[in-house]
Amino acid sequence: MTARILSDYGMVFVLIALGVLFSALTVQDQTPGAETAAEQLLERVARDCGKADTILLVGARQKESAALAALLGPRLKAAGFADTRTVVGSPRDVRLALDDIQANGKALAAVVTGPDAAKWRVLERIPQTHPSLARYRLLVPASYRWPDFLKRKNLLAIVDRIVVIAVIAVGMTMVIITAGIDLSVGSLIALSAVIGTVVMKHLGGLEAPAWVVLAGFAAGTAACGLVGGLGGLLVARFKVPPFITTLGIMMMARGLAFMITGGFSIYQVPKTLSWLGQGRSLGVPNTVLLLAALYAIAHVFMSHTRLGRYVYAVGGNEQAARLSGVPVRSVIVFVYGVSGLAAGLGGCIQASQLNTGTPNMGGMFELYVIAAVVVGGTSLAGGSGRILGTLIGAFIISVIQNGMNLLGMESYTQQVVLGGVILGAVLLDKLRSGTALGTLFKKQLHA
Amino acid sequence: MSGKDHGTMNAAPLLRMRGIDKSFPGVHALANVSLDLHAGEVLALVGENGAGKSTLIKILGGAYRPDRGEILLDGVARQMTSPTVAQAAGVSIIYQEFNLVPDLTVRENIFLGRERVRWGFVRAPRERRQAERLFRKIGMTLDPAARCRDLTVAQQQTVEIAKALSVRARIIVMDEPTAALTSQEVENLFAIIRDLKSQGIGVIYISHRLDEVFEVADRVMVLRDGAHVGTHALGEITREALIEWMVGRPLEAEFPKRAAEVGQERLRVEGLCRGQAVRNVSFGVRAGEVLGFAGLVGAGRTETMRIVFGADRPDAGRIFVNGTEVRIRSPRDAMRRGICLLSEDRKAEGLVLRHSVRENFGLPNLERFLRGPFLSRRREGRELASYVARLKIKLADPEQPAEALSGGNQQKVVLAKWLARQADIVLIDEPTRGIDVGAKYEIYQLMNELAAEGKAILMVSSELPEVLGMSDRVIVMHEGRIKGEIRDVTNARQEDILALAISDETAEGARRA
Repeated sequence: MTARILSDYGMVFVLIALGVLFSALTVQDQTPGAETAAEQLLERVARDCGKADTILLVGARQKESAALAALLGPRLKAAGFADTRTVVGSPRDVRLALDDIQANGKALAAVVTGPDAAKWRVLERIPQTHPSLARYRLLVPASYRWPDFLKRKNLLAIVDRIVVIAVIAVGMTMVIITAGIDLSVGSLIALSAVIGTVVMKHLGGLEAPAWVVLAGFAAGTAACGLVGGLGGLLVARFKVPPFITTLGIMMMARGLAFMITGGFSIYQVPKTLSWLGQGRSLGVPNTVLLLAALYAIAHVFMSHTRLGRYVYAVGGNEQAARLSGVPVRSVIVFVYGVSGLAAGLGGCIQASQLNTGTPNMGGMFELYVIAAVVVGGTSLAGGSGRILGTLIGAFIISVIQNGMNLLGMESYTQQVVLGGVILGAVLLDKLRSGTALGTLFKKQLHA
Repeated sequence: MSGKDHGTMNAAPLLRMRGIDKSFPGVHALANVSLDLHAGEVLALVGENGAGKSTLIKILGGAYRPDRGEILLDGVARQMTSPTVAQAAGVSIIYQEFNLVPDLTVRENIFLGRERVRWGFVRAPRERRQAERLFRKIGMTLDPAARCRDLTVAQQQTVEIAKALSVRARIIVMDEPTAALTSQEVENLFAIIRDLKSQGIGVIYISHRLDEVFEVADRVMVLRDGAHVGTHALGEITREALIEWMVGRPLEAEFPKRAAEVGQERLRVEGLCRGQAVRNVSFGVRAGEVLGFAGLVGAGRTETMRIVFGADRPDAGRIFVNGTEVRIRSPRDAMRRGICLLSEDRKAEGLVLRHSVRENFGLPNLERFLRGPFLSRRREGRELASYVARLKIKLADPEQPAEALSGGNQQKVVLAKWLARQADIVLIDEPTRGIDVGAKYEIYQLMNELAAEGKAILMVSSELPEVLGMSDRVIVMHEGRIKGEIRDVTNARQEDILALAISDETAEGARRA
């Protein structure tokens, strides 16, 4: 059982290894957020200072320390530190405040600030400029070490970047399991986004209510599903090779998208459009929820329903499947229809992320989608593959891109590395399941 | 060159294979087989299907590596590690399916991979002259500029022989070379073979046709179930003795007896037609009955079965199941009427080889394993287990891929998946092709059990003993037509079937007997 999971989802370890690698490479000093820092500093002031002491709270304008100062100032006052002076501004403002304290003949007990302002020369040179104030403490929030890669914001960025590809890869996985291919999905992203936003524009534009957005999404997705299904019909009924069929659709769909908008982008969209791609429900980004739901459904469908089993059988041996009573043609039409629908949904998400529908969206996406599927362990020969493997494949691609961004790699270098990783992953898979290791194993059996 | 010592057996033979052993998962294909071939000699290699002839030849040709044993050329041990190595050593094998590129010309095919070039350019005139010289050598005229696609089978064969000569082959193996030739073409081929002999080339000639063996070969080597039965000079033995060596066992013991009550008519077919393959075929089969279909390859038997199962559409004809006419437009329709088909090509049509045994078993039965919209793997596994026990399928794990099983066990898995559907009409095309002797008997027993349960069985078989041993009645087909029916199977002989098949045919047909 475990052995099977390992062989089905071996790419999980590649993903984990990449995560560990990029985490190790991006460890940095991190400052806590304003809220945590304020709590921490309040405690230290209370420990180190008396209620009557003069406390200088410094914030650099427009920086993190400003937010900290704004948060901490009232709390210190409330805690009874009456002589708390809050300065948010430039080093000059700090010097004026110091002059004022010195002029009033007070002693400075503490300077409280964030790490950005703590390095200001005006603070460092207090013993020289204001000798009478020299016995103060500098209080800054303690920093800690944590990888940039694992920051919540970054992890969400990884999902955001891959969501469109991952959604479409669900349909592509099914198509490839039937030993087919769908090159049209990149263009269908544009077609769906354009149809969707055009519908929204005509149903009210900027001020339209939320149902208009749904109507637009439905129109775009349905149109793509229909196009995909028609392509499937060509493949199933007339035996046109899938590569050619979907290549033709790819060109036609792209052209249609340009024709519909006359080549322009559609910006007259409702404000609610961004909900799907940028919004949150219960604190979780909607894209994450959508991905989780979609993959859960697709996984159960492929492994626990009759139609799912038929998809595998058609790819494994079309003749045997037909002679076992599998409605082969319908299955093929179905998978291309699903691929079209998935591409349509991907277009809606893209439009929602970018707040527009543009006819040149989704260029080259079909190749990234196919790469995700193949890296996820699905064989182009058909008959084998796993939906969750595809999710892992998509994340591997996204994590590599993200990690290279964090490391500041040039985008040209990134392309070279990404291509190499895709080849390496597939080669690994071939060696594991295919000829080389397979024959080695057999030889041992016979010996 | 005249090959002055050919025929004398004491010189080091041109080719000696010694103690060759080869196993495949589940099958011991060759056990301690040895072979000698002398220069200027034709050695016939005979045996039943699955006797190990092609395995032996593939080992000689470098396509398989033997588990044990050695190959000596002119007394020197050689490792045939790949087809290229074997070819370089002077071994050329002409398979039943030719290795020609149809869209290239005769000349291009002969020199494919060994083009005569100067500065990267092919020296076509030179190649053409060499090709013409090769054809003259074997007494044939063929235009080197003709496309292979446009040639007859016999001409393509000549191209293969010329190709073998062009690589200076000293051993030429011909696998069923006359299977698709007319009698005149066969005579021409024999002339070529005699010519090759006179040039000192050793020929291994594989054929089912004993007449040809006696006509063209010097010695004959018999293989049976992977073992070397013996090698004899053809002058010393009779045809009857040869057949006995090939078949080996008395036929009575080969087929289990059956006691099935024949009931009402399950299936009736009237006037079935499809192109040239099936012409006006009508028959009926009853519950508890095994109806055999005999005939030569291409007689239209498989095509008839495929139409009944809905895999192909007929041009005309009516099909009745249990007395009512039905329309069968797809395998799904046929399955709904209780018909199932075990195809002759198990690997291409019967199984999804890379999928697990459980998935293969479940494929036609999924609707019964549904719980709501979901499949119950547990129910599927439980049902498979009961059939594994009943059919004695040797299985390490239901999740192992079907391709890992031996031929006999694969056939049992196919049988299991159809038995689970409770089909009443079972069409079996070549039930024991590529199956071990032991497993054959078990398959026969299962067929008898099915008949005893009241199912109607239609069996297509090219093995005449099998047809006679298993059937209650035998229908003989030839070139798409039913040529006759044998009702008294117990007293029928194989010759009777052949006589029916070729009853009003010319000498051409008679030759094939």
